[in-house]
Amino acid sequence: MRVKTFKGGVHLNYFKEATASKSIEVMPDPEQVILPVSQHLGAPAEVIVAVGDEVKAGQVIAQAKGFVSVPVHASISGKVTAINQMPHPGGKKVTAIVIENDNSGADVFGAKSGLAELTGQQIRELMQAIGLVGMGGAGFPTHVKYQPMEGKRVEAVILNGAECEPYLTCDHRLMVEVPQKVILGLQAMMKAAGAEKAYIGIEVNKPDAIETLTREAASDPRIEVVPLEVKYPQGEEKMLINAITGRVVPSGGLPLDVGVVVNNIATAVALAEGIQEGMPLISRVVTVTGAVKNPRNVRVKLGTSVDKLIDFCGGFTGTPGRIILGGPMTGPAQYRLDIPVIKTTSGVLVQDRGEVKLLEDSPCVRCARCVDVCPYNLMPCFLANAIEAGDLALAEKYGIMDCRECGSCTFVCPARRPIVQDIKAAKAKITAAKNKQKK
Amino acid sequence: MLETQVVVSPTPHIKDALSTEKAMKLVFLALLPATLFSFWNFGFKALSLVLVSIAACILTEYLIQKALKKQVTIKDGSAALTGLLLALTVTPELPVWMIIIGAVVAIGLGKHIFGGLGHNPFNPALIGRAFLMASWPVAMTTWSWPGQTVNWAGDKADAIAGATVLNLAKMGTLQSLQLKVPYWNLLWGNISGSLGETSALLLLLGGLFLIVKGIVDWRIPGAYLGTVIVLSFVFQKDPVFQLLAGGLFLGAFFMATDWVTSPVTKKGRIYFGIGCGVLTMLIRLFGGYPEGVCYSILIMNAFTPLLDRLTLPQRFGEVKTGA
Repeated sequence: MRVKTFKGGVHLNYFKEATASKSIEVMPDPEQVILPVSQHLGAPAEVIVAVGDEVKAGQVIAQAKGFVSVPVHASISGKVTAINQMPHPGGKKVTAIVIENDNSGADVFGAKSGLAELTGQQIRELMQAIGLVGMGGAGFPTHVKYQPMEGKRVEAVILNGAECEPYLTCDHRLMVEVPQKVILGLQAMMKAAGAEKAYIGIEVNKPDAIETLTREAASDPRIEVVPLEVKYPQGEEKMLINAITGRVVPSGGLPLDVGVVVNNIATAVALAEGIQEGMPLISRVVTVTGAVKNPRNVRVKLGTSVDKLIDFCGGFTGTPGRIILGGPMTGPAQYRLDIPVIKTTSGVLVQDRGEVKLLEDSPCVRCARCVDVCPYNLMPCFLANAIEAGDLALAEKYGIMDCRECGSCTFVCPARRPIVQDIKAAKAKITAAKNKQKK
Repeated sequence: MLETQVVVSPTPHIKDALSTEKAMKLVFLALLPATLFSFWNFGFKALSLVLVSIAACILTEYLIQKALKKQVTIKDGSAALTGLLLALTVTPELPVWMIIIGAVVAIGLGKHIFGGLGHNPFNPALIGRAFLMASWPVAMTTWSWPGQTVNWAGDKADAIAGATVLNLAKMGTLQSLQLKVPYWNLLWGNISGSLGETSALLLLLGGLFLIVKGIVDWRIPGAYLGTVIVLSFVFQKDPVFQLLAGGLFLGAFFMATDWVTSPVTKKGRIYFGIGCGVLTMLIRLFGGYPEGVCYSILIMNAFTPLLDRLTLPQRFGEVKTGA
């Protein structure tokens, strides 16, 4: 078995054992869901229901506003009780629709279909209709990636099964438990893209997933399962493409520039469910792990609040010190528990009070460990110094905009410097200044 | 609801175990065998120099930071390490009060005048040594042989007392006396020299330990030693003697590799090592001093920012503009 990978990166402790071998459990529908109109990148969806409306599961409650946007569907059947600015996992308050469960279980799913009956165009339309976004964390509307572009051809679809963040196992479980949906979703993506080739990249710490999908894909010679080295950030889009195809996405460019489109495992499964069951994206699998009594993978309705989800997993084991949505390398820490699970919530990681160490940063000692690990060959220490000196032009010269914020530099920094935090802030400033210039 | 306070901090939420302090400790550990060997070789003189040097460096840093109303960072171990390195580069015959001055200069002029840890362009320990060398050249070059170990020189032992082997080679003494220092003595280290430079073997072990631990990049010592070997052949000198005599191993593994003062790019480190090697051999063979490790590294320290700038790696997906 030839294991592929990229240059740079870090080896982490993965702590996946707690949930890797546990089957996905379905959490009973909660009494209430909170559905933000912005669970994706792009324009927030437009609310089309009013307080007091009765809605059924699967009903569109906010419609896509423009092309780079997706609708939001009711995830349970019930009554709209509020439409308010509510806390969002991203940190800001966002308009959200609150639905009280009427426990009728009524739904209005779309028509069931099969891959053979759909054209590429129809699949792309379905992607938007079911509210499909990248479920690995970015939340980019899926149909936009498959929109044909003048002069660009998609040669291959890459399915990202790397799951390189520690603790998370939701994609792993999907690959093992519903491989037929993974393959069907992938085939639909290939059809939507007009691609003749597909790869599924999986880190070798998931041998059962590699085996299962290799078997499942045996009947389709266009699909190749690619074992990947266990290394962070193996699942980062550009690194994944580089590891699997050897191609280098140009700075500032898109995967499409090298003829590929990348999607996440959960996204493929959701697409398969949209096709086969007519079910829009109203639930997802979340890894709940860390300092909780029963760490597990849970299929949960979107809009379920994190505290209900933690209750379902037996509650905290001790005193929680930090609550992270997603993995520990890139997942944002939360300041409250009444935030909802949204389309991009891959995990809820609870760190115990004892685990959370607030480390004071000290001066850069030029050890160059950040330089050694940066997958993009940047000089994180120089970037941080330029930012500290307030010289954003110099930071740009050093390629700050190429940074994908994987955090490897900050993980290894012996001086505990908040490198990636500084870089994020500086990038936002640079982008804001550029946008201002345009206007 | 959440009834307890939680930490909301930026990503990543996990950190590698290696901290600056821990890295300093590992360097200490790597230097321990050579340091202990110096005690065994030179006895109380060596012990007192090492302890006084370390104490003086820590105290100097403490006083400077107190005086400047800065946060006191003596716990990070970097001042103590400078003290140890400084002591290892001096002769066991050095008066103790002199090493105190060296320590004050190393920490004051070598480090804090530039803003403290991470900001100094030159290796502080070598700044201290260079200062002592310029101020008290005689005291700094009064050597002694460890105890009983000049047996191999027989009745010529007296003629070579008070000089390092490099010095003897430079002056032509070894040649005229028709003496050849046994390789074993050079490797094991029962020869004259500064505290820490005598045992090439123990320094090599310490250096390899740091390379394995990922603290030191092999490129610097590799390029440094490689260049010395190549130039030895070019100038028809004994490469084994050039490698093992003098402070080359101490310099190549522990001084040239100082994080703060060496390049951060991989290519830059190779050029840095080559530069150190060339300068060392030029000083040894054509310069006024018998040994050139200290000055070569200091000179190359000055080139570090330039080397970094010239050897920036190509970014992933970088689009070259223009032809």
